[in-house]
Amino acid sequence: MAVHSLAQVPYERILKSAAQPENWLTYSGNYQAHRYSKLDQITRANVHRLKVSWMYQIRAHHKVETSPLVFDGIMYISEPPSDVTALDLRTGRPIWSYRRSIPAVPVCCGQVNRGVAALDDQLFVGTLDAHLVALDMKTGRVRWDVEVADYRSANSITLAPLAVKDKIIVGIAGAEYGIRGFLDAYDARTGKREWRFWTVPAPGEPGNETWSGDSWKTGGAPTWVTGSYDAESNLLYWGTGNPGPDFSGAARKGDNLYSDCLLALDVDTGKLRWHFQFIPHDVNDIDANEIPVLADAIYHGQPRKLVLFANRNGFYYILDRLTGEFLHAKQFATQTWAKGIDGRGRPVPNPASAPSPEGAPVYPDDDGAANWYSPSYNPQTGLFYQNAREQGAIYYLTEAPYEPGKRFTGASRRPIPGEEPWGALRALDAMTGERKWEFRLQTPPWSGVLSTAGGVVFSGDMQGNFFALDAADGTLLWRLQTGGGIWANPITYLSEGQQYVAIAAGSAIIVLALNQ
Amino acid sequence: MRRLSIALMLWCVALAAQDPAEATRKPVTTPEDLASGERIYRIQCANCHGTQGEGGRGATLARPRLLHAPDDQAMFQVIARGIPDSEMPGHWFTAREIWQVVAFVRTLGRLAPQKISGDPASGGNLYAGKGGCARCHTVGGRGGAIGPDLSEIGARRSTGYLREALLKPESTVPDGFLQVDLATRDGGRVTGVRLNEDAFSIQIRDLSGQFRSFWKSELAELNKQRGKSPMPSSQGLLTSAELDDVIAYLDSLRGAQ
Repeated sequence: MAVHSLAQVPYERILKSAAQPENWLTYSGNYQAHRYSKLDQITRANVHRLKVSWMYQIRAHHKVETSPLVFDGIMYISEPPSDVTALDLRTGRPIWSYRRSIPAVPVCCGQVNRGVAALDDQLFVGTLDAHLVALDMKTGRVRWDVEVADYRSANSITLAPLAVKDKIIVGIAGAEYGIRGFLDAYDARTGKREWRFWTVPAPGEPGNETWSGDSWKTGGAPTWVTGSYDAESNLLYWGTGNPGPDFSGAARKGDNLYSDCLLALDVDTGKLRWHFQFIPHDVNDIDANEIPVLADAIYHGQPRKLVLFANRNGFYYILDRLTGEFLHAKQFATQTWAKGIDGRGRPVPNPASAPSPEGAPVYPDDDGAANWYSPSYNPQTGLFYQNAREQGAIYYLTEAPYEPGKRFTGASRRPIPGEEPWGALRALDAMTGERKWEFRLQTPPWSGVLSTAGGVVFSGDMQGNFFALDAADGTLLWRLQTGGGIWANPITYLSEGQQYVAIAAGSAIIVLALNQ
Repeated sequence: MRRLSIALMLWCVALAAQDPAEATRKPVTTPEDLASGERIYRIQCANCHGTQGEGGRGATLARPRLLHAPDDQAMFQVIARGIPDSEMPGHWFTAREIWQVVAFVRTLGRLAPQKISGDPASGGNLYAGKGGCARCHTVGGRGGAIGPDLSEIGARRSTGYLREALLKPESTVPDGFLQVDLATRDGGRVTGVRLNEDAFSIQIRDLSGQFRSFWKSELAELNKQRGKSPMPSSQGLLTSAELDDVIAYLDSLRGAQ
């Protein structure tokens, strides 16, 4: 019988996670958010032998968006709405669960949770009622529980927190309800808040002048997707979402900083080093709540420290991650909201795409060309794998009176008549954004992507298919019908020397390995 | 199988957060509210439900009693959340806007009902006999499997729409209904109606009503024939009087009420 030693995940271990691909220690696999593994037992030649090893069924009736953590013989998952379960890696049997009663919280998009963070001997979960909870890793018992914000005005936490140094970084959701967004850091030992960066500045703070009147108070700019971290520069990279109200710009004239931005923040102080705004004064709800992928690569002949960002707006961006300098943008999906991106990275908006009382069609719709689910960056192939959504909608401007906890968006939407939305897993040259290949999907996806050194790319679709493609050319190598839509990101790890792939599909966690 | 779009599902999820108290407020009825309701209706509802609520792709609303909206609270929920497994979506209106639309739609229900010539009993005989409709359509659980179920068609569609559907079926193919024509690698050819499709497989009901399932890798051709219908036109098959009878019969099909 295997004896599980006292599981310890010090910061230094997460920092070097690429050197221990047998474990999956942080949400995106490493701090650079590559969602790429060096494991190569499963290869393009043998992946057709992949079979289900075990499954774990989740009983809640909500979308399962969790991305598991795996280390030291145990898998840690979150379950909707805000529960945490530890599973024995050998047998798939549950060891403990933390279960939380959730009050009635207004949420735009389901009672979901995308995963936990691990640091030292604790796990951390953000809850739908906007608390951050620290659990003892061995038993799941609560060490501390702090309120991050008031859930009654629709502040909510759905993301997997990020553990960095001695801090737990937590972002907030609720910009369909007029929250004022922020990013927080908490002391992992005590739960004391170390800093808060308000993503919407108050009067007197730089950027407040980009909001007319009092519109900053309900300015949105939420932070609900787990960011990335660069230890060398000590910077956190985090995307922000839509300004509030999402579709109605008349009451919030100005660029609306820092909505729809990528922020670079000093992890110790929370001070802003630089920002890049993808869409000033957004009226199409095209959040920048996507994964910032950090890459050290040769760009135009020079070694460069980059951040790669496939934005919801349909453009793939390359920025210098030390300065925020805009380097390149390349369209990767259908879009009609912009006539183009200028040399500084600022869009030239298409006025016909702004919501109107008579209805205005736009691509992409507000679910976007990309969304929260993860891309994968494969430093071996130099390819950036992004699941792309091809769907438009027509937006009708409506009233937007603010009431705490009530929807505050300012438009109604309907599909474009006759359109059959679709999607594709697209492989982009990471340095140019050029599409190298695509694998067509029946409907717009919500599944993340994993790539491995075995030359395989794993992803899923909304019809329950979990599949493996050749990383070089997108050839289908293996497929499983799981019976449930896949709203989650895959991971891979070793257990007792064998490589496994895990994915949440429907209401289950499914774990796969090569048949022996 | 009717297609339930992901968008519709997301809207339903989104509107699960509607405050239940909103649904119990009395509807608004000032002239300004009715004008606002009419304006919203004209822009967002009339293309399916008709400018006078006479129906079309969407159900007839010019009736005092509506199948899914027996009272105003129910109508509020229908507009807010949509009707699952149907083409009626939810809407991100404010509560006040929904009540304005409810108030306007209720005025449509006070219009005089359309007069229908034609004898429903004769129409029922034609449906089962000369018209051959039962070969493809079901009523009350009986009939063929290819076409849409007609058990509630009189509540869902106006007589004008039904006439159009009988004379020009290709102009009224419902959402989610797709005729496909495919060829397998071993030389077979099949035409049918799509039941389900994903990136790797497609399931259809062929024109004889048989269920067929194909891996896309087995297919040499997959032609999606949008705007085509396997339903033949009634032109030349039914006389004008017989057409009126069939329409009267279909109009009488209101499901369990």
